[in-house]
Amino acid sequence: MNRHARRLALLIAPAAAVFCAFWLLPMVRIAVLGATGPRGLAAYSAIVTDRRYFDALVSTVALSVAVTVATVIVSGIAGLFLARNRFPGRGLLTAMLTLPLAFPGVVIGFMVIMLGGRQGLIGDLSQHLFGLRIVFAYSIGGLFAGYLYFSIPRVILTMIAAMEKLDPALEEAARSLGAGPWRVLRDVVIPALKPAIISSGAICFATSMGAFGTAFTLATRIDVLPLVIYTDFTYSANFAMAAALSIVLGVITWLVLGLARTLAGASAAAAG
Amino acid sequence: MPAPPGNSAVSIRLDGCGKTFADGTRALEPLTLDVRAGETIVFLGPSGCGKTTTLRLIAGLEAPDAGGHVWFGGEDVTALPIEKRNVGMVFQSYALFPNMSVAENIAYGLKVRRVATPMRAARVSEMLSLMHLNEFASRRIDQLSGGQRQRVALARALIVKPRVLLLDEPLTALDAKLRESLRIEIDRLLRELEITTVYVTHDQAEAMSLGDRIVVMERGRVAQIGTPQEIYYHPANRFVADFIGTMNRLHGTVRGGHLEVAGGRVPCDAPDGEAAELGFRPEDARVVEAEASGDLAGTVAAVFFLGDRTRVIVEGAADGLIVVESSGRRPFTKGDEVRIALRRETLLRLK
Repeated sequence: MNRHARRLALLIAPAAAVFCAFWLLPMVRIAVLGATGPRGLAAYSAIVTDRRYFDALVSTVALSVAVTVATVIVSGIAGLFLARNRFPGRGLLTAMLTLPLAFPGVVIGFMVIMLGGRQGLIGDLSQHLFGLRIVFAYSIGGLFAGYLYFSIPRVILTMIAAMEKLDPALEEAARSLGAGPWRVLRDVVIPALKPAIISSGAICFATSMGAFGTAFTLATRIDVLPLVIYTDFTYSANFAMAAALSIVLGVITWLVLGLARTLAGASAAAAG
Repeated sequence: MPAPPGNSAVSIRLDGCGKTFADGTRALEPLTLDVRAGETIVFLGPSGCGKTTTLRLIAGLEAPDAGGHVWFGGEDVTALPIEKRNVGMVFQSYALFPNMSVAENIAYGLKVRRVATPMRAARVSEMLSLMHLNEFASRRIDQLSGGQRQRVALARALIVKPRVLLLDEPLTALDAKLRESLRIEIDRLLRELEITTVYVTHDQAEAMSLGDRIVVMERGRVAQIGTPQEIYYHPANRFVADFIGTMNRLHGTVRGGHLEVAGGRVPCDAPDGEAAELGFRPEDARVVEAEASGDLAGTVAAVFFLGDRTRVIVEGAADGLIVVESSGRRPFTKGDEVRIALRRETLLRLK
């Protein structure tokens, strides 16, 4: 028994070492660093008490929630269509939809500027049509567009897969009982997709919370939390505050993911 | 048309209903068919014969090609989608809503119709007892066996008092024993409710026991329509003869009013020199001793003891193997020389 336990410990040692070196130690270090700055432990509460940090937190969460909702709706509809219809070029279209997965945030920010920046396509078009140059790339609209752009590919494949697993007879049964299209969507399709919606929505939310490159490229008037951490760290050398903010960002995201997983787990079990 | 039975049973008329899919495949040749009110009609055939397409046309899940019409009684329902046709549907995959309990599944049709809660509850409990499901009312679907699931599906389809009940291979996913008992239950239900029923299956035993009439289909066409007896005793062609039950075939040339085959001569009334084919059912032949008088001589190739009877496979009597059944307790062994006695009136001329 003892020998067995020792062998087990030996086998686990490499994984434990990696875990300590790359997860536990940096986490503890950052957590401690956050509490040992000029503000002390108050650095953690500054996120609520300090106007600038609190605003950044609120706008980050609001943006991430809005992006998640929009992404799920857009990908859900597109996924439904792609799962249900066979047409020439369907494979190519699916592949194209997932291409942005590989793009770093900088590239996406660049694309948003090309589209909605001062010299952007939409600006040119609106100038030509209405004599008014619409510029949205540097506002929350630009951030939203960019985040939506990189979120859709992450969600759409999950949606297609979940839709394809749905027995078409379920919808036919509901229709035979008198349910119209919206009723079928509400009573059959969405409940069946719920686990996929929750899990892919959670990934989408976490990615948006931590996204940096897009916001950095757009250099928006809105501060998102990752950007605040970056400026505190590099320009103000406010290491303690940057560390505390990092921990808070991580914990909030982690809590939301945990909640989503519990909900998804419960509904997945109910769906059997 | 006969007067409709006590409840609101409705007749169905398919009028020149064909179906060609977008990719050009012809799933169903134009079909005209009347189903009487209260009748149970079974569409029988191998996969791809068009039976499910026909069911889906009646259901309103598919639209017939231009020119085709579907009538429920005096109403042309061709343009109505399924949700407006008031049909009950039961699927091979059960298609129960996994996010609802047994009672919620059954109540769904009434909920969609905005039936008041007390009324709904009363009807659900009525259906639960009709289908012997009372103790399962609050169960989740994944806690039920296949047989229980299909009973829930039947209850869910019947609670709305549909004009027509449509069953698409409802027993196929069940194991043999359950299939038998649920078949008996469905039969009882259909007789009791006198509801017009369209039943699709590839299982001839189901078709024979449930159908008032059977429509045998082959490659998008109707091969034969008739009562189970008509179809079994007077198959219209080789396909029907082979598809329903076992049919032995004798192939040979006619000479002097007899068909000459490898194992002997069988009466056949056709002109001399004509190549003809006769068929007979295993139960219409008797195995007799080699010395006794019989029509065909052959050798036992295999023996299957089935308990109540013995199935004997005989070779050398015709081009192919001949299957006969013996209900006596006489043992047979491979290699026995036997003779087969045929009843003349049961011989079928196959075309």
